[in-house]
Amino acid sequence: MIPYEFIPRTQPSAQALAIVPVLTVALSMLCGTALFFILGKPAGVAFYAFFIEPFLTSYNLSEIAIKAAPLILIAQGLAIGFRARIWNIGAEGQLTIGAICAGLIPITWPQSENILMLPAMIFVGTVMGMSWAAIAAWLRTAFNASEIIVTLMLNAIAIQILLYLINGPLKDPRGFSFPQSITFPEVALYPLLIKDSFLRANVSIYLVLALSLLAWIYVRHSFSGFRLLVGGLTPSAAHYAGFSAKRTVWISLLVGGAAAGLAGVGEISGPIGKLQPILSPAYGFAAIIVAFLGGLNPIGIVIAGFFMAVIYVGADGAVLQAGLPASAPIVFQGFILIFYLASHTLVNFKLRRIGETKEAT
Amino acid sequence: MDTIIFILTGTFATATPLLLAALGELVAEKSGIINLSIEGMMALSAAMGFAIVYTTGSHLLAFAVAAGLAMLLSAVFATLVMFFSANQVASGLAVGILGLGLSALLGRDYESLTLQAPSALSVPILSDIPILGSILFQQDIVVYMTITAGFGLMWIIQHSRVGLILRIVGENPHIAHNLGFNVLQVRFLAILFGGFMAGIAGAYASTILTPIWSQGMILGRGWIALALVVFGTWRVLRVMIGAYLFGALLLADLAVQTLNLGIPSQIMTSMPYAMTIVVLAIISRDTLRIRLNAPVSLGQNYRPNH
Amino acid sequence: MTLSACSPLLELRDITKRYGELVANDAINLTVHAGETHAILGENGAGKSTLMKIIFGVHQPDQGEILWQGKPIPITNPAKARDLGISMVFQHFSLFETISVVENISLTIPAPLPNLAKRILAKSKAFGLPVNPQASVHSLSVGERQRVEIIRCLLQEPKLMILDEPTSVLPPPAVDRLFTTLRNLSAHGIAILYISHKLEEIRALCDRATVLRGGVVTGTANPTKTSAKDLATLMIGRNIPQVTHRKSRTDGTPQLTLKRLNYHDPNLNIMGLKDISLTVQTGEIVGVAGVSGNGQLTLARLISGEDVLSRNQANSIRMQGEPVGHLPPDARRKRGLSFVPEDRLGRGTVPSMSISNNGLLTGHRLGIVKRGMIRRHKRDTFAQDCIKAMNVQTPNEQAKVASLSGGNLQKFIIAREMALKPQLLVVSQPTWGIDVGAAALVRQRLIDLRDNGTAILIISEELEELFEISDRLTVMYNGQLSIPMFTRDTTFEQIGQMMMGQLPTFMETAE
Repeated sequence: MIPYEFIPRTQPSAQALAIVPVLTVALSMLCGTALFFILGKPAGVAFYAFFIEPFLTSYNLSEIAIKAAPLILIAQGLAIGFRARIWNIGAEGQLTIGAICAGLIPITWPQSENILMLPAMIFVGTVMGMSWAAIAAWLRTAFNASEIIVTLMLNAIAIQILLYLINGPLKDPRGFSFPQSITFPEVALYPLLIKDSFLRANVSIYLVLALSLLAWIYVRHSFSGFRLLVGGLTPSAAHYAGFSAKRTVWISLLVGGAAAGLAGVGEISGPIGKLQPILSPAYGFAAIIVAFLGGLNPIGIVIAGFFMAVIYVGADGAVLQAGLPASAPIVFQGFILIFYLASHTLVNFKLRRIGETKEAT
Repeated sequence: MDTIIFILTGTFATATPLLLAALGELVAEKSGIINLSIEGMMALSAAMGFAIVYTTGSHLLAFAVAAGLAMLLSAVFATLVMFFSANQVASGLAVGILGLGLSALLGRDYESLTLQAPSALSVPILSDIPILGSILFQQDIVVYMTITAGFGLMWIIQHSRVGLILRIVGENPHIAHNLGFNVLQVRFLAILFGGFMAGIAGAYASTILTPIWSQGMILGRGWIALALVVFGTWRVLRVMIGAYLFGALLLADLAVQTLNLGIPSQIMTSMPYAMTIVVLAIISRDTLRIRLNAPVSLGQNYRPNH
Repeated sequence: MTLSACSPLLELRDITKRYGELVANDAINLTVHAGETHAILGENGAGKSTLMKIIFGVHQPDQGEILWQGKPIPITNPAKARDLGISMVFQHFSLFETISVVENISLTIPAPLPNLAKRILAKSKAFGLPVNPQASVHSLSVGERQRVEIIRCLLQEPKLMILDEPTSVLPPPAVDRLFTTLRNLSAHGIAILYISHKLEEIRALCDRATVLRGGVVTGTANPTKTSAKDLATLMIGRNIPQVTHRKSRTDGTPQLTLKRLNYHDPNLNIMGLKDISLTVQTGEIVGVAGVSGNGQLTLARLISGEDVLSRNQANSIRMQGEPVGHLPPDARRKRGLSFVPEDRLGRGTVPSMSISNNGLLTGHRLGIVKRGMIRRHKRDTFAQDCIKAMNVQTPNEQAKVASLSGGNLQKFIIAREMALKPQLLVVSQPTWGIDVGAAALVRQRLIDLRDNGTAILIISEELEELFEISDRLTVMYNGQLSIPMFTRDTTFEQIGQMMMGQLPTFMETAE
C-alpha cells in the first residue's frame, strides 16, 4: 500500500530530534493555511495575524508572557508524569481547584493589605491542585483505576464546583448577579513587570522560568527523575531494580497537580483578578501539546510554551482581523500534536523504501 | 411515579450514544488498540450530522456522512499508531483535539439552532400496554437498532470466526502474525469500526436525542463510553447493562432539576462523572477479573518483522 | 546416502536477511529431500530461527530465492507456506491461552468446530498423541501444548514439518517420546527440518545436518557418521574454554532460608508454590533443575522481592536469618541480595537506555548517588569497570544496551550484579541463549564468586550446566521442590526422572 516503511535505529538520532519541531510547525502551518483557504479566508492575512502580528506591539508581547507562563508551568509538571507514562489529563481541573481554594483567601479578607496574601495564595493553590490530583493517584495505586479517566472526570467535577460557588456562596453581592466573585485586592495580585502600565504581564513568568530550571535539574540530574524515567520506559525493569511503581504514580500526579494549581493562582492573581466561570482557555489541555512539542524536555517545553502562547495571542487577533472562527486555534493545536507524533517517529526509526536492502549509513 | 416512568422511558435513548460509542471502542480494544479520540469523533460527527439535517432534512444522509467523517478521523489515528508507531494515548488525544476543534468550526453557524426530531416508532399493540408499553415500545428506531447491534456483536465476538481472529490479535499479535493473520489489517478495521460507531453515536446525540446545537454538546459522553468498556470488563452484555444504568443516571439529573428539590444543579450535573470514578475504582480493584478479560496486548503497538 | 533423482522438496539459494546492521542469514544454501530428517545445527544466535521463519513465510528474505519441488516460489506469508505443505512448530508455541485447543486449531484449519474436534481425536489416536480438543490452552502443560502444535501440523497433511528446538521445553523421558513420534512421521514420508543446538539429539535422529555459524553455512554432514567433536568444531569454530570447579568450602552459614514457602498468585499470572524449603549457605552453589513452567519463575520473583508475601508469611523467606518475605526488592538488595533475571532485556536492563544508565539501575547504592543527585563521572566509571571485568564487547559505556548481543548483555548484567559484592546471588538461566564462549566465562565467574564466599542459587533448564557448576542440586516440579542432593551423589538419569514428577524424596515426606 505505502511503498515506504520505518525500520528501527540502533541509536536515537540527534539530528532528527532537532528537525522534529521544525517539521511539526511547518506541516501544521501548511495544513492551517489550507484550512483558512477552505474557510474562504485569505490565507496571507490569517497567517500574518497568527504569526507576525503577535510580535509587533508591546501589548501583544506582554500577552504572550501572560499566556506562556501557565502553559509552560503546567507542561513542566505534566511532562514529568508523561516521561513515567502516567497520563494526567486533569490539569484543567487541578488548575480550577487551585484557583478556587487560593481565591478563598482574598474573598475572605477583601480589604487586607497584608503582603503575605499572595505567598499564602501560592501555597494554598499549589497544595490544593496537588490534592485534587492526589485523588487520581490514590485511586490508581489503591484501586488500579485508570488515571486518564479519573483525571478527566475530575475536570468536569471541578468546573461544576466552580460554577456552584460563584453562583452561590462566593458570588459578589454587588456584582449585578453576574456569576463571579469580588475583585481581589492589590496584595492578592502578582506585581506587574512594568509598574502602572497598561501591559498586563507580571512577574509570574520569572517564577515559571525559575521552576523550569528546577525541572531541568530534576529531570537531568536527580536519581528520582531517573527512577521515574525507568518506570515509564520499562516498568518491569523498574520493578526489578526495586523502584516503587506506586511512588512513580504519586510523584507524577502530585507534581503535575502542584504545577497546575500554581498556574491557577497565576490566573486569578494575574490577568483575571477574581473568580469567574472561565478561568483558563483550556490551558490544561494545550499544556499537554506543549509538553509533547517540547519533547518532554524542560528546555524544549519553555520554547514550545512561548510558541503556543504566540498561537493563542495570534488567534485572538486572527478572530478580529481575518474573521477567523474562535475555534480555529483548537484545530491548529490538533494538527500540531498529530504532526509532532508522526514526525517524532524519525527519531527512533528511519524511513526506507520497502524491499530496499542497501543500508544508508 | 411519573418521574420514574419519564426516567425509564428516556433511559434507552439517553444511553444509546453511550452504548454505540462504547461498543465501537470495545471492538478496537479487543484488537489491542486503545483509542482515546472517541469524544472528538463524536463531537465532529454530531456537528456534521446536525448541519446535514438542518440543510437537507435527511437523517439517513446525516448518519452516513457523520459516520464516514468519524471513520476518517479514526483512520488518521490508525495511521499514527500503526504506520508511525506513535504512542496510542498521545495519538488518541491528538486526534480527539482535532475532532473537537473541527466540530466547533463546523458547528459555529448553527449555535442554538434546533431541528425537528423524527417521531418515535410506536410498535403497534405492544405500545398500548400501560406503563411498559411507553417504556419499551415507543422508542426511536436507532434505539432498537443499537440493542440489536449489541446482541449481534456479542454473538460475533464470542462465536464467529471474525470474533475469534479479533480476540487472538488482541491477545498476542506476534503469534497471530506467525500464524499468517494480518495483524495491522485486523486492527485497522477494528479502529475504523470504532470510528463508525462513534460517528453514529455523535449524529444520534445531535439530531435525535437533543436536536439543539451547542458547542461542546457531547458533554464528555465519549469519555464515559471509554469508562463503560472497563466497567463491562470487555464483555458486550455487561457494557450494555452499564450503558443503560448510566443512561438512567444522566436522566435522573434532569428529573431532579424539574422536581425542584433544592439540590444545586451543579451537584446533579457532577453525579455521572462522580459515579464513573466510583464504579471505575470498584471494577478496577478486581485485578484478576480485569486480567482475565482485558485484551493482553492492549495499548501496545505491534510492528511486523521486528 | 543416495539422493533421489527427482528435484528436492525444498531448496534455498543464497538466502540473505538483515536486521539493521546485523546480518542474520548470509547467502544460505540448503536442500531438503522428501522423507528425510534434516538437522539445522548451530549455536544460539547462529541464524537458525530466522532461516526457518523465512521458509515458513513469517519473514521475507532480503535476497535469494526459495524453490519448492523445483519451482521458484516466493513464500510471502505463512498461509502460503501451509498451502504448499509446510508446517512449523515454533520454539515458543503459537497457541493462544484464552481459547480452547479446537479453537486454536480452527484458526489455521477453518472447519466447523465439532467436525474439527473429531479430526483432532482421530489424528491424536493415529500418532499416539493424547489431547483433549475442548481443553482451554492455559490449563495445559508444556508437553501437552507441544502435542497440540504437532497435531495442528499433522492435520494440514504436511510434506515438510519444521520443529524449532522442540526439546528445549521437555524433560528427558518426554524427549524419547517425541523422537518416537518424529520417526513415525518420517516413516509416513514427511520431511522434517529439525533445529537444535544439541549434538546428541541430532546424532540420534537426523539423516543429514546443515551447520550454521554467525549466519553462514559452515558445513553439511551426515551426523551419524561424523564425530561429535567434528560437528562441534563446525558449530563453534574454536576451542571451548574449560571451567575449573574445585570442591566448595562452605562454612555452613545460611544466607538464604526458605521454610515451608507457599504462594498462590491472586491474579493467576504465575504458578503457585507448595511447601518449599531450601537453604543456601555461604560459599556454595545450589542448582534448581526442572522443566520450565513448574514454578521457577515464581520462586525467582519471590526471592528477588518482585512478588512479595503478606507480613504474616514473612518468615517463609529469610536472608541471614532475618525474615524478608514481605520486603520489596530494594530492601532485600540492601541486605546483600543480587539477582540476575532470565529476561535480560526489559527486566534486567532498560533496552533504550545506555549501558552507563543501566549500571545505575542497581549500582546506584555504590556511592553513585549523592544527596539525590546522580554523579555522572562515578556512574560512567562504574559502567566501564563492569565492561572491563567481563570483557563486554561494546564501543563504549554510552551505547544502548539493546545494541549488545545476548552474550555481552548477560556478561554486563552479571558483572553489575557481582560488583555489588552480594552475600547472596540468585541467577536465573545464567547461560540461556548465549554463545559457548560467553557461557563458559559466566560459569567460571560464578564459581570464582562462590570461592570468595558468596552463596549462589542457580535456576536453570540446562541440566548439563547444573551438573557442571552446582555443589548441590534440587528439582522443581509442579510448584514443589525436592530435597537437595549433593551433585556428586546423583546421576543425570535420576534427575531426569525427577523432572518428570517421579520424586521419591518430595517434601510431603519431609517434616
